[in-house]
Amino acid sequence: MIETVVQVELPVDETLRIRRMRLQPEDGGNGRRISVVTGIHGDELEGQYVCYKLSDYIQKNMGCLRGTVDIYPALNPFGIDSITRGIPAFDLDMNRIFPGSAEGDMNEYLAAQIVRGVAGSDLVLDIHASNIFLTEVPQIRINELHADRLLPWAKEANVDFIWIHGASTVLESTFAHSLNTADTPTLVVEMGVGMRITQSYGDQLFAGIVHLMKRLGVWDGEDFDVRTPVVSADNDDVCFLNASASGIFLKSVNHGASLRAGDLIGRIVNPLTGEVIDEIKSPADGWLFTIREYPVVSEGSLLGRILYGKKDSV
Amino acid sequence: MEKKILFEIKALYRDDFRVTGYSFGQGERAACVVGSMRGNENQQLYCCSQLVRKLKELEAEGRIHSGKEILVVPCVNPYSMNIKKRFWSIDNTDINRMFPGYDEGETTQRIAGGLFEAIKDYRYGLQFASFYMPGRFVPHIRVMKTGFEDVELAREFGFPYVLLHTPRPFDTATLNYNWQIWETKAFSVYTTTTEEIDRSSARQAVESVLNFLRKADVIDYDGFEGYVSKVVSTEDMVTVRNRSAGFFEGKAEAGEHVRKGQVLACIADCYEGEVIDEIRSPIDGTLLFAHAEPRVYQNTAVYKIIPEREEW
Repeated sequence: MIETVVQVELPVDETLRIRRMRLQPEDGGNGRRISVVTGIHGDELEGQYVCYKLSDYIQKNMGCLRGTVDIYPALNPFGIDSITRGIPAFDLDMNRIFPGSAEGDMNEYLAAQIVRGVAGSDLVLDIHASNIFLTEVPQIRINELHADRLLPWAKEANVDFIWIHGASTVLESTFAHSLNTADTPTLVVEMGVGMRITQSYGDQLFAGIVHLMKRLGVWDGEDFDVRTPVVSADNDDVCFLNASASGIFLKSVNHGASLRAGDLIGRIVNPLTGEVIDEIKSPADGWLFTIREYPVVSEGSLLGRILYGKKDSV
Repeated sequence: MEKKILFEIKALYRDDFRVTGYSFGQGERAACVVGSMRGNENQQLYCCSQLVRKLKELEAEGRIHSGKEILVVPCVNPYSMNIKKRFWSIDNTDINRMFPGYDEGETTQRIAGGLFEAIKDYRYGLQFASFYMPGRFVPHIRVMKTGFEDVELAREFGFPYVLLHTPRPFDTATLNYNWQIWETKAFSVYTTTTEEIDRSSARQAVESVLNFLRKADVIDYDGFEGYVSKVVSTEDMVTVRNRSAGFFEGKAEAGEHVRKGQVLACIADCYEGEVIDEIRSPIDGTLLFAHAEPRVYQNTAVYKIIPEREEW
């Protein structure tokens, strides 16, 4: 059943509605609930395929459903519709306004009602797609404050990598942090690249979600085998590669590549002069789990991330 | 006066990105004033340009105190200003969410880091700031409650109001917050507008900054003495919201004293023209902020009122 989680009247003949698909047995099920959420950033579309595939699969196998599956494909409908990362008209990053406020302005109100709708789920997956600049292998990112509770679930999600990162005050305004703080376990998935859909990654995460549904008792149908992810809990394990100069970045390897120290990752070139401005080489053996997709770079632009010493693990 | 480049990035096709500062006087790093940080902050840029003009005159007249230096940074983000984009030209990040910055990080982290390195040691830090909501403000000083704030000093600007603001998580990456953490006495100066230039409130803001610098023993200046500021916490302000979306017709302006029950604005249906909502003041007070766009979404904070109280 399609439900409206929150709606707001707009000035000119339109109502903004944030909707979810609620799938549950006719008798309401066993009370267990998983929520799959995406589209906070309007330019991240990888979750669209996952939501479609999950909804289609469950609706064709409703007899196996024991609990509730809530699918929220578009938390930021304005953004998705206008190819805008943030909330258009406000130039606001929606993932910096949670938990929102029922008494706040339109966006804070929307955020509060979304949290109200999702809170209390036994597990939430918040699917992101990095941004238009970077491509990521399927991974889950966990704030170290919530690692004990989230890591066992993350390991069952069929991703390649789990990155436990340090706490940051700025991230306290995110959807996932707000829910985790409110005792609703929420996993942040990053995979693929902005403005595109990588169906193989979607298929991989879909299998992980079905497996998690089975573990939660929401699902009594087919299960899928899941892969064992690499887990990094040490911030010193991850190397950030930033552009030394402005130019056009030409990558030499793809994300997921195993690297030896000195391997060429890409070049920054100047099309006007025909020069190679810089060659980016791996500083050590490792696994390239992020690579820059968008070629135009300024000094400082992120070009990639390497997990040190994990070359043979994946 | 010395014009100097505080931070620079070489570009591929555009002119190099530069953050330029104007230094007046020599000696102790007494005061730093920062203007526009976002591409739509015309008023903030204008205020700085007027301040630079006045400080040039004062310096020529020998009225900057010996052993004191003032730095004015009119614009931190000329790239975005020149293409009329609010945030950073490539990735849309906000430089004022990147402090204290990081010299090996992403581009806007490097800009914030480069600027902060140049301005973090000043005794007083003043920023002409803007608010994301479209509307007009009563000029005021805003101070973040970090434990290092100096409210009494904020009164020295002579603005009608000093607003005390409890930081939210994203505020911890702003210039004002980090200035305070690095022991600079930091103040945000809010004038009436952002995109539109309001010369009257810009004049008032520049006079207030000069007044502050005089009281802080940095310059000699005979000018605006100012108001006896009322200190108000943002939690004490009353927000008024509209129930319906539509055309917004304001009937009260920022700075106006209003009575409980007074009609502040009407909302009209965008197709049929009929008034569908009347917004009334819930209290007696002064309008600190008034919405100023032709249309309005439902449940928007259209007015912020400072309640009338004996103790202010």
